[in-house]
Amino acid sequence: MADVMLQFYFRKWKQQINMSNSNYITSVCSVKNGNISINNKIDFTNTENSSAVDFLKSAYSHYQLNYPKFYKMDSLCKLAFITSEILLKTNRITEKYNQEDIAIIIANSASSLEIDTEHQKAISNKENYFPSPAVFVYTLPNILIGEIAIRNKIKGENTFFIFDKFDADFMSTYINSLLNRNKATSCIAGWVDFYENNYEAFLYTVESQHEGFGIEHTNEQLNKLYTNNA
Amino acid sequence: MTENLTKVYVAADNIVSPLGFTSADNFECLKKMQTGVRLLEHSNISSEPVYASVIDNDKLNTAFSKLNISEAYTRLEKMIILSVTDALNQNKNIDITSDKALLVFSSTKGNIDLLNEEEGKKFDKKRVYLWETANVIARYFKNSNQPIVVSNACISGVLAIILGKRLLEEKRYDTILVIGADSMTHFVVSGFQSFKAVSNEIAKPYDASRNGISLGEGCGTIILTNNEAKVIKTKTKISVKGGASSNDANHISGPSRTGDGLLLAIEKTLKESNLKPSEVDFISGHGTATLFNDDMESLAITNAKLDKVPMNSLKSYFGHTLGAAGVIESIVGIHSMKENVLIGTYNFDTLGVTAPINIIKETKISGVNNCLKTAAGFGGCNAAVLFQKMEAAN
Repeated sequence: MADVMLQFYFRKWKQQINMSNSNYITSVCSVKNGNISINNKIDFTNTENSSAVDFLKSAYSHYQLNYPKFYKMDSLCKLAFITSEILLKTNRITEKYNQEDIAIIIANSASSLEIDTEHQKAISNKENYFPSPAVFVYTLPNILIGEIAIRNKIKGENTFFIFDKFDADFMSTYINSLLNRNKATSCIAGWVDFYENNYEAFLYTVESQHEGFGIEHTNEQLNKLYTNNA
Repeated sequence: MTENLTKVYVAADNIVSPLGFTSADNFECLKKMQTGVRLLEHSNISSEPVYASVIDNDKLNTAFSKLNISEAYTRLEKMIILSVTDALNQNKNIDITSDKALLVFSSTKGNIDLLNEEEGKKFDKKRVYLWETANVIARYFKNSNQPIVVSNACISGVLAIILGKRLLEEKRYDTILVIGADSMTHFVVSGFQSFKAVSNEIAKPYDASRNGISLGEGCGTIILTNNEAKVIKTKTKISVKGGASSNDANHISGPSRTGDGLLLAIEKTLKESNLKPSEVDFISGHGTATLFNDDMESLAITNAKLDKVPMNSLKSYFGHTLGAAGVIESIVGIHSMKENVLIGTYNFDTLGVTAPINIIKETKISGVNNCLKTAAGFGGCNAAVLFQKMEAAN
């Protein structure tokens, strides 16, 4: 009980000294056009690959991400996995916060249409009718959140959103409200999209402390960061 | 001490399902324990006979034709337009065209049947994107805010309600229309069949002889507001008190063996609602009738000290309506609170889950002030939301 009271007064005190309830983008990783950037600096480039999947495989071996489950994943999850691995190596938030209070909020445009198309092909031909459970399980976009959660033992709030384009206004407003109302202590957030050989991932961490990368998590700042990485 | 001062109220609701095209019609059928699930011998959704809850095409088209719309809409969009239109007709205080009103759309697969070549020819290619489906609905109702789409497997509907509550607390909007919809497609049925997850009879939630899910289709609409004046003056008001989501961090396609993830979502929900487990009067469970899901739920409910609370599953009435389920089942819970009637679990006979829980067998009269709705889904996700009834002073 004393603990709870202490936490309550600590929050109240924090709110008094920090009326704006600012939160910060503390690290960022983007994967696009054969480039991987960490905190705005290009860290890995491989533009020789003809396909997006080949590029992801080359990144997987470059970063020595030893995780056999990777090979079972569909392309969307592969992209999410690589981006989140690099992000969380840069900023180990799972060591700083309780696993039950870390949120994962990710969005994209094409949902799981890449693998949906594969499942549709498997059921379109009556003579060659082979729907596969190993494919069907990936026909939901939030599976990529599940893969990140399993890998890092993260158990907090999780939601997958679908937008035409990355919506910095919504993402910053909603995630700040989660942190400010004590629904989460930190968040892995961003955009992971893969469809018809086009891919784009942009994941970042949000914390209430001004640490590391340290850009304020506002609509304007987030938009700028996203545009720079796009 | 952490209670939020902004209250979020239910202003209107609708269910479109095989049981009827209004919440009232659906609730009447449920009271009489009539199911929408039936055996489809020949259908375009399955190569073999399958039990499912499917809306009759003629009934849907007849109802839709009364709206005198000349443009072409998909089957799913027709269900949504009918559902939202009826919900708006229930409450004239709601102005969907206002810039303070926002649409939150919950769906797992949206217009996925457009991937089928023949169906796809009838519409623009982008119509298969979930954001475009939401835009089509927003344009039809002349709402100019960009809709928010939640697509998070079988917890999407509950998440959309929680999101609606949270956005209303931020006060940028005063009205949020939470729309949950998914339609029956060969795409979804074949996938669940490949998993061997579809029951060879009508689903039997929590029953000892359960052997899988029944699938279903439908649309649920809940209109939420933070402006009490927009709620129609009746004997009772329903508010959304709390809600949370969580992840098992265990497996992408199987539920946790311990129920810890769902337990966490329930505990966070009760904490936000300022309620003790003993104050919960009724649980609207997820109850898909798969072996593992129902076992997992029984453990979470028991560990949350809710094992004595009357609980049902509606999956044997509506089938599993995926992105619509959380919304449709919450609406039934809301009507149970208003009418003090708890719906029995159709096809439930003998309890057969790991931990003893209190499953309602027959529909009965019982006072309900606090209703907890739970959900769990692929990707290891769980969610819970709490509705509270307030009796009006006058």
